[in-house]
Amino acid sequence: MTDNPRFLSRGELLAMAVLALLLVVILPLALDIFRLNLVAKYLTYAFVAIGLVLCWGNGGILSLGQGVFFGLGGYCMAMFLKLEASSVENTKIQSTPGIPDFMDWNQLTALPFFWQPFHSLVFTIVAILVVPALFAFIIGAAMFKRRVGGVYFAIITQAVAAILTILIIGQQGYTGGINGITDLRTLKGWDIRTDGAKFILYFVEVVLLFGCILAAQFIRRSKLGRILVAMREKEDRVRFSGYNVANFKIFAFCAAAVFAAVGGAMFTLEVGFMSPSFVGIVPSIEMVIYTAVGGRLSIFGAIYGTLLVNWAKTSFSETFPELWLFGLGALFIAVVLAFPNGLAGIWRDHVQARLGRLLSRLRAGSTKTGWAARPGAGSVADGAAAE
Amino acid sequence: MFGDYSLGDLGAIFVMQAFAGLILFSVFVLMALGLAIIFGQMGVINMAHGEFMILGAYVTWLTSIVFQQYLPGLYAGYFFIAMALAFLAAGGLGMLVEWGLIRHLYRRPLDTLLATWGLSLMLQQAYRSVFGAREKGVELPPWMMGSKQITDTIEVQINGLFVMALTVLITSAVAYIIFRSRWGRQVRAVVQNRIMAGAVGINTEKVDRYTFGLGCGIAGVAGSAFTMIGSTGPTSGQLYIVDTFLVVVFGGAASLIGTIASAFTISQAQSTLEFFLSGSMAKVLTLLAIVGILMLRPQGLFALKIRK
Repeated sequence: MTDNPRFLSRGELLAMAVLALLLVVILPLALDIFRLNLVAKYLTYAFVAIGLVLCWGNGGILSLGQGVFFGLGGYCMAMFLKLEASSVENTKIQSTPGIPDFMDWNQLTALPFFWQPFHSLVFTIVAILVVPALFAFIIGAAMFKRRVGGVYFAIITQAVAAILTILIIGQQGYTGGINGITDLRTLKGWDIRTDGAKFILYFVEVVLLFGCILAAQFIRRSKLGRILVAMREKEDRVRFSGYNVANFKIFAFCAAAVFAAVGGAMFTLEVGFMSPSFVGIVPSIEMVIYTAVGGRLSIFGAIYGTLLVNWAKTSFSETFPELWLFGLGALFIAVVLAFPNGLAGIWRDHVQARLGRLLSRLRAGSTKTGWAARPGAGSVADGAAAE
Repeated sequence: MFGDYSLGDLGAIFVMQAFAGLILFSVFVLMALGLAIIFGQMGVINMAHGEFMILGAYVTWLTSIVFQQYLPGLYAGYFFIAMALAFLAAGGLGMLVEWGLIRHLYRRPLDTLLATWGLSLMLQQAYRSVFGAREKGVELPPWMMGSKQITDTIEVQINGLFVMALTVLITSAVAYIIFRSRWGRQVRAVVQNRIMAGAVGINTEKVDRYTFGLGCGIAGVAGSAFTMIGSTGPTSGQLYIVDTFLVVVFGGAASLIGTIASAFTISQAQSTLEFFLSGSMAKVLTLLAIVGILMLRPQGLFALKIRK
């Protein structure tokens, strides 16, 4: 972190412009709609990664249960879409028309009470934001007020993820079980399965992503963000200075939960279904992996990390399914052992430093040909920027 | 809920469920013991613990195949050799991992969690490549099959009894090593104050390596015992890891007695509830209760009173 109190430093403004150029112009032009939809799917995890930068990178709170919030957001959206898809005309052949198909298969004859409000889109959107925040608040308040932190918090959030997965799978009639909520078709009559709709949804998602980046940046730059960092470094000092440490932690955790939920809701829209395989322990830890690979201290690093790891996952598991888990495991060990700050750390320590030296030399007018012709500085920077 | 059963039936059901709970308890204790040593004593979060357990299970399976092929006469006793081999294999791998990975991360406990998760992914894939994705079951020797009739309505499985006896034996051995032997004293000294332990001449690095190896070796034995009651697949370890961590945390991380007590509570609660509810709801309720209690009492059931 720099001491620059400005909302966005010049470097961050530049990083944001590069990201915007990549997401808004380069990718939509370069990729067909199938690949673009894949990128859209990856980007939904970037929301989670931004939340993790805030709460893990800045606040030092490692949550292994972000899949819970991703899932809660996704399921709220899926419930709304499912109700719209199971109108009375569409479900004539069921023994009870007008309820989702999996409820009919499980011998339910009426819509459960907690499904009722999801007929309304406004309620759904509010629920996507409020339900995960409330849930995070309850967990956070219970843990942080009693000064449970660090490793214990990680294990308990992991247990929460396990509980929710078992619950969703076990209560088939209410949640769709292991298959999840599938066969989602329209949003207020607008077919979300067409290529055109996917294209529009991609841009909606990018706009939301930048909204989240700005919100996270605002929190990080504010006084609250500084207290978070102080807390990560020396919690007792902050407490002795008169701050209520627990409240700040709860806030960071809730904010991360809301980001994750927005990602989850977008995931449901992009992919067209939601299932417990995105809620449990394995996806939750994978989301932490994306953040760690990208750099836990950098929002932009985490986004690039998410895109890169997912891209590698897709292409490796298409071509070498055997090697993929080896690769992922090795990548993770390597990142933790050698590059604790991930891609962003490598960029800052190696590329940016050299670039800075090069620039200052150029500016000083002492452009010795030997130095400028050396490989590394320019080409590496270009390569990284092109990512 | 109780209306359909007579009093005698209910009693028998409770005894049988309690017995099923005791088997679960044995598995929990064996898995959690290794973790209690690694996590409780050393503060390292080993997410690959389940994979060390599965390694023990695969070693046992291999040994049983070898005995079937070459020494069918000695098949009745293969399990004891398999157990020793499982301990050595898992312990050896554990020491290797400590040397290559863990020792660089003692100051960053959250990062050990992430690195060992990477390790667990690699081990899982290795098992899948070597042994195949299908679950492997071990053929039990004849004397371990069948069950013992205690009254007309109550019967207990012999393999379950064997696993319990094994658990008691291993737990006593670990307790003896940690609390009575010279090496155990060194382990506790290093845990309590690493710098001072080093100053009085204990080789802390060596102690760390052997402690980690011991924990992993016990996981291997747990896996070996696990083959007696279930089959093994590449991802079986992952199913147990959360339960095991909760057992250790719930018991109070640094206390072996606490680990045993919490394994007992959790397994009995789960197997008793399983009879009245579906399996998944029993699990959900048990886990919720643990998380709830941990929120009220974050230090676990048996906490050491120490100044931090």
